[in-house]
Amino acid sequence: MSAAAVTPTPAPARRRPRLGRLLLLRGQPRTVQVGATIVGALVLAAIFAPLLAPYDQNELDFSNLLAAPSPDHLFGTDDSGRDVFSRTLYGLRIDLAIVFFVTYAALPIGVVAGAVAGYFGGWVDAVISRIVDVMLAFPFIVLVIAIVAITGPGVKGVLIGVPLVGWALYARLARSEMLVMREQPFMLATTALGYSRRRAILRHAVPNLIRTSLIYSTLDLVVNLMLLASVSYLGLGAQPPNAELGSVIAQGQANLLDAWWVATLPGLVLVAFGVGVGLVGDGLSDGKLLRRGARA
Amino acid sequence: MLGYLLHRLALAVVVLFGLAVATFLIMHLVPGDPVQQTLGSRATPESIAFAREQLGLDDSLLAQFWAFVSNAVTGDLGYSLTLNAPVAEVVGQRVEPSALLIGYALLVSVVVGIPLAVIAAWRPNGVVDHAIRLLTTFAFAMPAFWVGLMLALVFGLGLKWFPVSGYETGIGGMLRTLTLPAITLGLTLSTIVARTLRSSLIEVLKSEYVEAATSRGLSPRRVMVKHAMRNAIMPTLTVLSVNLGLLIGYSIVVEAVFQIPGLGSLLLQSVQRRDYEIVQAIALIAGTAVVAISLATDLVQASIDPRVRLGR
Repeated sequence: MSAAAVTPTPAPARRRPRLGRLLLLRGQPRTVQVGATIVGALVLAAIFAPLLAPYDQNELDFSNLLAAPSPDHLFGTDDSGRDVFSRTLYGLRIDLAIVFFVTYAALPIGVVAGAVAGYFGGWVDAVISRIVDVMLAFPFIVLVIAIVAITGPGVKGVLIGVPLVGWALYARLARSEMLVMREQPFMLATTALGYSRRRAILRHAVPNLIRTSLIYSTLDLVVNLMLLASVSYLGLGAQPPNAELGSVIAQGQANLLDAWWVATLPGLVLVAFGVGVGLVGDGLSDGKLLRRGARA
Repeated sequence: MLGYLLHRLALAVVVLFGLAVATFLIMHLVPGDPVQQTLGSRATPESIAFAREQLGLDDSLLAQFWAFVSNAVTGDLGYSLTLNAPVAEVVGQRVEPSALLIGYALLVSVVVGIPLAVIAAWRPNGVVDHAIRLLTTFAFAMPAFWVGLMLALVFGLGLKWFPVSGYETGIGGMLRTLTLPAITLGLTLSTIVARTLRSSLIEVLKSEYVEAATSRGLSPRRVMVKHAMRNAIMPTLTVLSVNLGLLIGYSIVVEAVFQIPGLGSLLLQSVQRRDYEIVQAIALIAGTAVVAISLATDLVQASIDPRVRLGR
C-alpha cells in the first residue's frame, strides 16, 4: 500500500474569534453581548464576594429579623437576622465554583469517549454507547440523591454524581460527529501518514469535535446550576450555616407571605445567571441549542 | 417492522440490565452497615445477625445481585426494615400522586408549548417570535422549586385560588392540589417543546409539499395544522421522551415544595432514614420508566414514519 497516493488535504480553515476580540465582545450578536455582560458581572460578584458582601454571611442580628429590603440590607434579612444579600453572594460563589467544575470536568472525558467510540466503531462503539444509554436512562436527580444517601448530605453528592453522568451527553454528541468526521480527507490522511490512532484521535479529531460540546456546555451549565440549587433546596447540599442559593431560598419558604424577599430575591439571581448563559449560548449557536433537548 | 422491534427491544433489555447493575453497585458501595444504621445502637448482635440473614447480606456480592435481579423481575423489591413492610407495598401506595403529577405536567407542557411554537413559527424573526424566544429563555432559567414557591406565593397565599400543599384524590381534589405543581413541573419542558417545534415547523414550512398545499389554495391555518404539523411534530416527540427523565427527576423537587405524598417524598424520607432498600427500588423504578417510555416513543415513531425503522 502506498501512502503517497493520498494527498493530504488541509482541514478547511475556520475563522476563529481571537480571545481578545471575544473578551471585548466586538462583532458579536447583541444577545451574546448582553448575556456575557450579565454572566461576567455575576462571576465577578462571586469571585469578589468577600469584598462586596456588606456583612458576614452568618452574622446573626436578633434585633433585625425579617427586615424588608432597604439600603442597609439590599435583599432584606432572614428569620435569624442574617443579611440575605451577603448570603446570596457567598451562595453564588460556592454554586458557581461547583457548577463550572462539574460541567467542565465531564466535558473532556465525554468528548474523548465519544471520539473513541466513533473512531473505532464495532464492539468498542457498542460498549461505550450502551454505557452512555444506561447513564442517560437514570433520572439525574434520582442518581444524585441516591449518592447523597451514601455519602451523607453535602456537596459531595453533586461533585460525584454530575460528572458520573454528565460525560455521557458529550460522548453522544462527539460520537455522532466523529462518525461523519472519520470519513473526511484530513482524518483519512492521519491513517495514510501512519500517525498513531492516539495521535489521530487526540490531536486531530478532538479539537474539531470539542466546539459543539463547548456550545452545548452553556446549556449544561444552566441545567447543572438548577440541579445543584434543587439538591441544596432539598437540604442535601452544603450544610448549615453555610449558604447556598438553594438553601437560602428554602429558608425563606417558611415566611413566604410575611417576608417574600428571602425566597424571591436569591432566586432572581439564579434566573439572571441562567438567562445570561442562555443568551450567550443562543447567540453562539443561532438558537439551535435548545433543539438538541436538555438531555439529548 | 418486526426486525426493528426486536432490535429495539434487545437494546432496552441491555440498558435495563446495566441500570440494575448500576443501582446495585451504588447501593452496595455504602460504607457502614445498613442494618446497624436502621436498627440503631440498641440492637443486639442476635437481632443484627437475624436481619442480615433475612436480607441476605452475608452472601457473596454476585449472589446478592442475582437475588436482587431475580426478585425485582417478579415484582419483589425487597423488605424495608425501617417501615417493617415489603418495599413493593410501600412504593405502590405512593405511585398514584407522582404518576398523576407527571402526566398532568406533560399535558401542561404540550398545551403551552405547541401554541407558542405555532405562533412563533408563523412569522419567524418577527416581534412575536422574538418575544416568545425571550420568554422561553427566562422560563428555562428558572429553577423548578423557585417557580413553585412563586406560584404558591401569588396563587396560593395571595389570591387563595389553590392550596399550597397537600394532595387530594378525585378529579376535583386533583385539580385543586395538582394544578400549581403541574404548572411548575411542566414549565421547563414547555419551553423545550416550544423551541424544538418552532424550529422544525420553520424548516418544514419551507419544503415543497407545503408550497404545493399553499398553491392549491388551502388556508394557511390548514396548511400549518394539517400538513406542516404532522412532519414537524416528530422531533418534538423525541425531545419529549428524552426529557421525561428530567420531568421524573424534578417531580421529586416539586413534590417537596408542595408536600405531595408521592414517590419523590418517599425517596427523600428514605434518604433521611437511611432506608437503602427503598432508595434502590425508587432509583430502579425511575430508570425503568425512562427506558420504557423511550422504547414506546421509538416504536410509535417507527410505526408512523417508515424512515425511522428503515434508516436506523
